[in-house]
Amino acid sequence: MTGWLDAHLVSMVDGVAYGLLLFTLAVGLSLVFGMMDVLNLAHGTLYLAGAYTAYALSDGSWLGLLVALLVGLLVGLAGGGLLAAAVAPLQGRGHLDQAALTLGIALIAAEVMAMFFGAEVLPTAPPGSLARSVSVLDHSYPLYRLVFIAVAGVLAVLVYLAFERSSVGALVRATVADRDMVRAMGVDTRKVLFGVFAFGAVLATVGGVLGAPIIAPGPGIDDRVLVLSLVVIVIGGLGSVRGALLGALLIGQVQTLGVALTPAFAPFLLFGAMLLVLVLRPQGLSSLGRA
Amino acid sequence: MTQQDAAPGSGTHDGGQGDGPVPALRVEGLSRHFGSLKAVEDVSFKVRPGSRHAVIGPNGAGKSTLFALTAGALRATAGRVWLHGDDVTSLTEHARARRGLVRTFQHSSLFLRATARENVLLAVQRRHGVQAQPWRAVTRRSALVREADEVLDRLLLSHRSGQLAGALSHGERRQLEVAVALAAAPSVLLLDEPAAGMSPADTHAFQEIVLGLPPELTVLLVEHDLDLVFGVADHVTVLHLGRHLLTGLPAEVRASDEVQHAYLGAEDTSALFFEEQE
Amino acid sequence: MSTDAGLRSRGRRLPLRTAVLVAVVTVLLLLVPWVFGAFTVMTFTRALVFAVLAMSVNLLTGVAGMPTLGQAAYFGVGAYTGALVGIHWSELGVVQLALATLAGVVAAVLTGPLAIRGRGVAFLMITLAIGEIGYTAAGRLDSVTGGTDGMSGIPPVVVTPGGSGLVNEGLIYYYVLVVAAVSYAAVAVLLRSPFGLTLRGLRDNESRLRSVGYRTDSYALAAYVYAGGLAALAGSLWASSQRFVAPGDLGFEISALALLAVIVGGVGSMWGACLGALLVVFTRDYLGQQLSGHAPLLLGILFVLTVYLLPQGVAGGRAQWRRLFPKDHGGDPGTVTPT
Repeated sequence: MTGWLDAHLVSMVDGVAYGLLLFTLAVGLSLVFGMMDVLNLAHGTLYLAGAYTAYALSDGSWLGLLVALLVGLLVGLAGGGLLAAAVAPLQGRGHLDQAALTLGIALIAAEVMAMFFGAEVLPTAPPGSLARSVSVLDHSYPLYRLVFIAVAGVLAVLVYLAFERSSVGALVRATVADRDMVRAMGVDTRKVLFGVFAFGAVLATVGGVLGAPIIAPGPGIDDRVLVLSLVVIVIGGLGSVRGALLGALLIGQVQTLGVALTPAFAPFLLFGAMLLVLVLRPQGLSSLGRA
Repeated sequence: MTQQDAAPGSGTHDGGQGDGPVPALRVEGLSRHFGSLKAVEDVSFKVRPGSRHAVIGPNGAGKSTLFALTAGALRATAGRVWLHGDDVTSLTEHARARRGLVRTFQHSSLFLRATARENVLLAVQRRHGVQAQPWRAVTRRSALVREADEVLDRLLLSHRSGQLAGALSHGERRQLEVAVALAAAPSVLLLDEPAAGMSPADTHAFQEIVLGLPPELTVLLVEHDLDLVFGVADHVTVLHLGRHLLTGLPAEVRASDEVQHAYLGAEDTSALFFEEQE
Repeated sequence: MSTDAGLRSRGRRLPLRTAVLVAVVTVLLLLVPWVFGAFTVMTFTRALVFAVLAMSVNLLTGVAGMPTLGQAAYFGVGAYTGALVGIHWSELGVVQLALATLAGVVAAVLTGPLAIRGRGVAFLMITLAIGEIGYTAAGRLDSVTGGTDGMSGIPPVVVTPGGSGLVNEGLIYYYVLVVAAVSYAAVAVLLRSPFGLTLRGLRDNESRLRSVGYRTDSYALAAYVYAGGLAALAGSLWASSQRFVAPGDLGFEISALALLAVIVGGVGSMWGACLGALLVVFTRDYLGQQLSGHAPLLLGILFVLTVYLLPQGVAGGRAQWRRLFPKDHGGDPGTVTPT
């Protein structure tokens, strides 16, 4: 047992880092869908924008990372606001139109980014002092990933506390549970729409800035993280911060430990898990309205 | 794919309990609990063939739940439902519908992007067993169309047959609601608050429609509008807090002190039946 | 939204107008190989194949109300089946089409019960998972599909027994055109049939359908199987016209583009789906090439503009077109739009 654990420790720790990264993406997607009933297929684009920001601005110094984080935050705010403004006129027109619109925006944005950054995947270096490996239980492991786990872990806890404990979180949870009721109580849903979109977008771009050394930016990365986030929210349940965290950690392990254990079946494992959850509990998603 | 037409009362066992004709519909000990809430608790009554039977009760009496249990849209926690002497408790909603137990919906539940005629045709084609045929236009099947138009005619909707259901007025939608159910050729028709949201004039017109239904058709009606109830019903069942209070003739129900106390919480029955007590 | 008068007057005028329109479109489609060069003809061929796939997606999404992101999986089943039949057994087009369709039907019968467990977004996500699993499988089953390298060496399709294979792109175009036209006719008949009405009922109000005696899951499954067969038929056309099949042909991108083609064309309208497919393929392959590979940008602009300017798609009512290009006076009093 300890031998097995020892052999796969690196994969498992990788899985945690990967899972926490997915969480920063999935939580925004999940809340926007759960609260506002908006299927935002441009969410992966936000990660990519954040990751490119990190690539462009981080020069191996701490200052570079800090600047990248700040710019990433602004990019997230702007992107979230733009997306919210774009889908606002589509109220009541169903998920298909939202999907077409946000996918269209994603295509445009991806192409614009490709014009600036080219068609290659761009490996992004973490700050110099973190760009080395440390020894963990006799395994050599990249220090940056450990730091990322710590930072993203704190972020996850903060998000979780904000939604479970604060009054804003209560409003969010109430909106997920009964959108019409909250609307009837006189809450300005337009403001909530912008707020939730901006929050989710900032999380995604900040996740992109911090995650660039782990999932490097490049064409197609936006689709990949989008699909993974969709899998996470299907497994974790809609509009639930806790569900998104658990789902993300699970998918993180599937993507790393799964690949290490059964390289041939790992890709099936991912969507097999999603299929299983949907077939067993289809009402988890469908109760929130039809496309 | 069983074809139904007024499911025969054969194979009866226990459903009629031997006294008199086999009831068209009988519920026995029907209960439905939602957690600790007993929405319907141990309700039993019978509906005679050809009867116009109303279920009334104050808000929260469990009328809607009872209705859903009878139609098969909800599973009962306990109790049984018999249709013409056959136990249908374990059957799903669509299977009960095929045996002749057809419901309407309190909030009009129509096919809004289809025409009024197509709404009715959906029920007609199912009854003819052609609903899965992928050839020959449904509107060219004259037997089906004639049947659909007859039903629309009976519900005074002939002039609207080509309109999308979504373009009909509220009152017309209520009529179409009944037309769709009738087109499924029920032997027992369940009407869920058919007059909900209707104007007094519409309600009156609707009362005429109900009175004009074929006498052999059994109608069970859940309704708030007591004018309509006492205008059409020959039997009335009263529910209170999920329990069965009384089943009897309209006159008996009106005269009952029990109903007066429980139903109204008021001392004066006339507040309830003033229209009828001239 | 048209007024009552608009609907009725349109109903009366329809037959002649439709006949003329069908005749014009047929002539134009028949002229394509005589007018355009090889590249454009091949683009038309791809567009026609894509139109059949879009019809399949529309049958589920627009008619039965079940939006799907997984039809490329059945498209792929048909493509690989058609290719394998062509390589190993028969170069006859009819045989390839029949067996490919059968394979698609079998695949849909096997996977459909899973898919129809959900409706709406849940259905969308289940079909997404099915599509991704199909894509992964195509890349891994090397012995059957040739893996990620794809499957080449598909012989030219033969139309009549003993005839010679179609290698000329004009002839291939006609082969695809005939099959696509027959598919369109079959779907058009289906839409007007009782089964078509049943599917529209499923879309509009499933619980009401149940209450008049429909076992609705059966019809949802039936729709899924029809659509699966149609997608596989399109796949076989793809194999015959491209003579190369790769896992990319059943990727998420194909499913998504097919769904978007349906949305651009107008959800629920079959000629809209075909027009949408034409628009998407020409934007991607033709305009995209003219603009040195910026196809995704153009597609993105196409989708965004459609959603904002033509909410009901290209095929959806003249009212929205009129709003875009207002005339000085309403020419047709029958179709004045109330707002």
